[in-house]
Amino acid sequence: MRNLKTFIQDFGWPRIIIFFFLVALFVMAPFVRVRLDASVSDVLNRFGQNAIMVLAMVPMIQSGCGLNFGLALGLVAGLLGATLSLQLELHGMLGFLGAIVLAAPFSIILGWFYAKLLNKVKGEEMTIAMYVGFSFIMFMCIMWLVLPYNNPTMVWGYAGKGLRTTISVENYWLHILNNFLAIKIGQFFVFPTGLLLFVALFAFLMWLFLRSKTGTAMTAVGSNPDFARASGVDVDKMRTISVIISTFLGAVGIIVYEQSFGFIQLYTAPSPMVFPAVAAILIGGASINKASMANVLVGTILFQGLLTMTPSVINSLLQTDMSEVIRIIVSNGMILYALTRKVKVSK
Amino acid sequence: MANGSPLLSIEHVSKDFYGNVVLHDVSFDLREGEILGLVGENGAGKTTLMHILFGMPVITETGGFQGSIKIGGTEVHFLSPFDALDAGLGMVHQEFSLIPGFTTTENIVLNRESMRASFLNDVFGDRMSVLQRDKMRERAQRAIGKLGVELKPDMLVSEMPVGHKQFTEIAREIDRKQTRILILDEPTAVLTESEAEVLLQTLKRLASEGIAIIFISHRLQEVLAIADRIVVLRDGHAVKDTVNENIGMRDIASWMVGRSLGEGGQRSEARSFAENTFKVQHLWVDMPGETVRDVSFEVRKGEIFGIGGLAGQGKLGIPNGIMGLFPAGGEVVLDGKAVPLNAPAKALGMGMAFVSEDRRGVGLLLDESLEWNIAFTAIQVHGQYLKKVFGLFSQRDEKAMEELCQEYVKLLDIKCTGTKQKAKELSGGNQQKVCLAKAFAIKPRLMFVSEPTRGIDVGAKKLVLDTLHHYNRDFGTTIVMASSELEELRSICDRIAIVDEGKIAGILPPTADISEFGLLMSGATLEEAVNA
Repeated sequence: MRNLKTFIQDFGWPRIIIFFFLVALFVMAPFVRVRLDASVSDVLNRFGQNAIMVLAMVPMIQSGCGLNFGLALGLVAGLLGATLSLQLELHGMLGFLGAIVLAAPFSIILGWFYAKLLNKVKGEEMTIAMYVGFSFIMFMCIMWLVLPYNNPTMVWGYAGKGLRTTISVENYWLHILNNFLAIKIGQFFVFPTGLLLFVALFAFLMWLFLRSKTGTAMTAVGSNPDFARASGVDVDKMRTISVIISTFLGAVGIIVYEQSFGFIQLYTAPSPMVFPAVAAILIGGASINKASMANVLVGTILFQGLLTMTPSVINSLLQTDMSEVIRIIVSNGMILYALTRKVKVSK
Repeated sequence: MANGSPLLSIEHVSKDFYGNVVLHDVSFDLREGEILGLVGENGAGKTTLMHILFGMPVITETGGFQGSIKIGGTEVHFLSPFDALDAGLGMVHQEFSLIPGFTTTENIVLNRESMRASFLNDVFGDRMSVLQRDKMRERAQRAIGKLGVELKPDMLVSEMPVGHKQFTEIAREIDRKQTRILILDEPTAVLTESEAEVLLQTLKRLASEGIAIIFISHRLQEVLAIADRIVVLRDGHAVKDTVNENIGMRDIASWMVGRSLGEGGQRSEARSFAENTFKVQHLWVDMPGETVRDVSFEVRKGEIFGIGGLAGQGKLGIPNGIMGLFPAGGEVVLDGKAVPLNAPAKALGMGMAFVSEDRRGVGLLLDESLEWNIAFTAIQVHGQYLKKVFGLFSQRDEKAMEELCQEYVKLLDIKCTGTKQKAKELSGGNQQKVCLAKAFAIKPRLMFVSEPTRGIDVGAKKLVLDTLHHYNRDFGTTIVMASSELEELRSICDRIAIVDEGKIAGILPPTADISEFGLLMSGATLEEAVNA
């Protein structure tokens, strides 16, 4: 009994409630004629699509910069990488990896400036970050129009210049990870091996990094910056590193998302992608200054599971489209919950 | 001067904060025109006594006090400072409570401005009255005149030298017609010597006009110079209430500090050291509340060097500045090599370690395990407790960290459920031991320890001091220890420097007479202290 109690306490009520809600959805699914195997496949797929963007939250949480509401900077870097890869006519695995490589310098530069700014506003990072993200997306709305791209699959047909709002990657690197070693069972179930392996690789690298000397210093900075400084750690440098890593992971995350989703979405498309990532890691049990790989894993599965299952099950049940409403309530509610319970490092 | 019945009498006042007794049966009288010097160490109860006198809310909130206060023979019960003001008490605070953007005049007559009714009064009441600037100015000038100093009535407070601010505060209290008792809390702390001299003359003048003054200061020569009577507080007791006749600074100093004169307690044996290992010259440190102005000293190899002094005089600034935690300048040399200032990593890398006085703020990672807390500095500074994985990544060596932690848990007898326990779950004394272990773990040649026994119980205090003593003896670690507790310094240090106003007042052996320490803390020079 005691064990159960401590387990519940460790795991947290919000997770347990969402978990049982998700289980209930799966149980109900067959009764409203939603295929279970297709649903599970969907959940796995969506997990893979989004996990790296959720993982991008980890370094900044660990270094005390809070939740990365400015993830949009990373997403934009990823979009730049992806569009450049298309512009250079890179196909297949080369195109996908090329997109990541091309996105890297952008994410490093953007991350560096972003970190400079965040280091000046210690304590208010999250608010500032949100506005940095929003305004940068708007700035890029101009840039997408004026940057000299000329690949016909990307630019507006009538003008011959300016990027379209959605660009298909079908002829370039669609499902390059999803199809790698994919296991197909029956008509509806596909296990996206390559996608999940790629996510696992990044999670493992992050795990290694957090256990390195720099990662340890970063965690200490988040836990108590004064302690870290007194131990000879350059606090601002650690925070900068964490922001750059987070921005880069955001870039990788959006490219992985695009290869699975099939389209590069430009202009204001990145802004609604940030909150779900924030919400997912919070559902996973991270606080605003501690996050682990387990938080990423559990959070992404629960959040994406909810997102996959509610439209199909609830809509079939209620005969109305409630999915978007539920998604918004859950993701914003979760952020609200986490921020109100903001526990500063105990002093 | 002092005659007639007492104007203010404090009778058997006791006060405790949740069982912690800070004032114990304190009684004294104050007569019209008398200057009473109130002296005592930090924590002796001076401030609490003034809070009680002034009816500060903090006193009633913590359960009131025992005993009674009489003004002019009738017992008074102040519920707020306003009551005290009405009863004729005036207080000049240590920190200036002036409005920087207002002129001298405006500050002096603040909230008691001379006003003239305007036609709006009929509609909106008194709040619509018009200020009478000429009258206000006149009043301010009269108050300033009483002080016998030159103050421009139209000068902005923000443009004044500190001395003038202090006088403005006093003028404000004097302007109040009913003020009969004036309390000054460390009024000379921020003044230069000549300004202080003028202030003392002013106070004498005021006293001759019949105002009774309570003068709180730790500068004993000033107290001796102007007080008619001296009351010494020590650990909440009024240990001495004497007329200022035929007493010297040495007497007051020993009343102030002497917990048990004669009985010396544990002293470390006299040792001789060959070489100097550490040299500090003209160090300044900009640490808020602990400013170091110009400090030079040398520490010998294998020595325990103590730094004492009253709070706020700069003793804590010295280790914090040398370790790079606050902006500092000057010359610091360890074993012939210059120590770069303002760079904690370099200071640590040269073999120095620091145990901060701010245990929970700077000393510990409260939310991490003991292993992290103890090994962290060694990992970051010396790259220890890391191992290579795949020959590429260096990873934390959790096993080595655990072993290290266990070693210190055993060695220092840290009470914990295991090495994975979080630092915030330990008691204060055990947390302090973790801080010490963190410093020991980098095997320092020179170790700074700041207030090692602050906020921990007596038993733990002894353990911490013993640990420092053993480390010094067994490993030859040179230790520089800053502490407010003189007895503690005297029990383990080989030499003790007393810091006063950001400078070293003098360096004494632990066996020196307690009154000499007291004198150094009170602003005397070493020669004055020894010869007093």
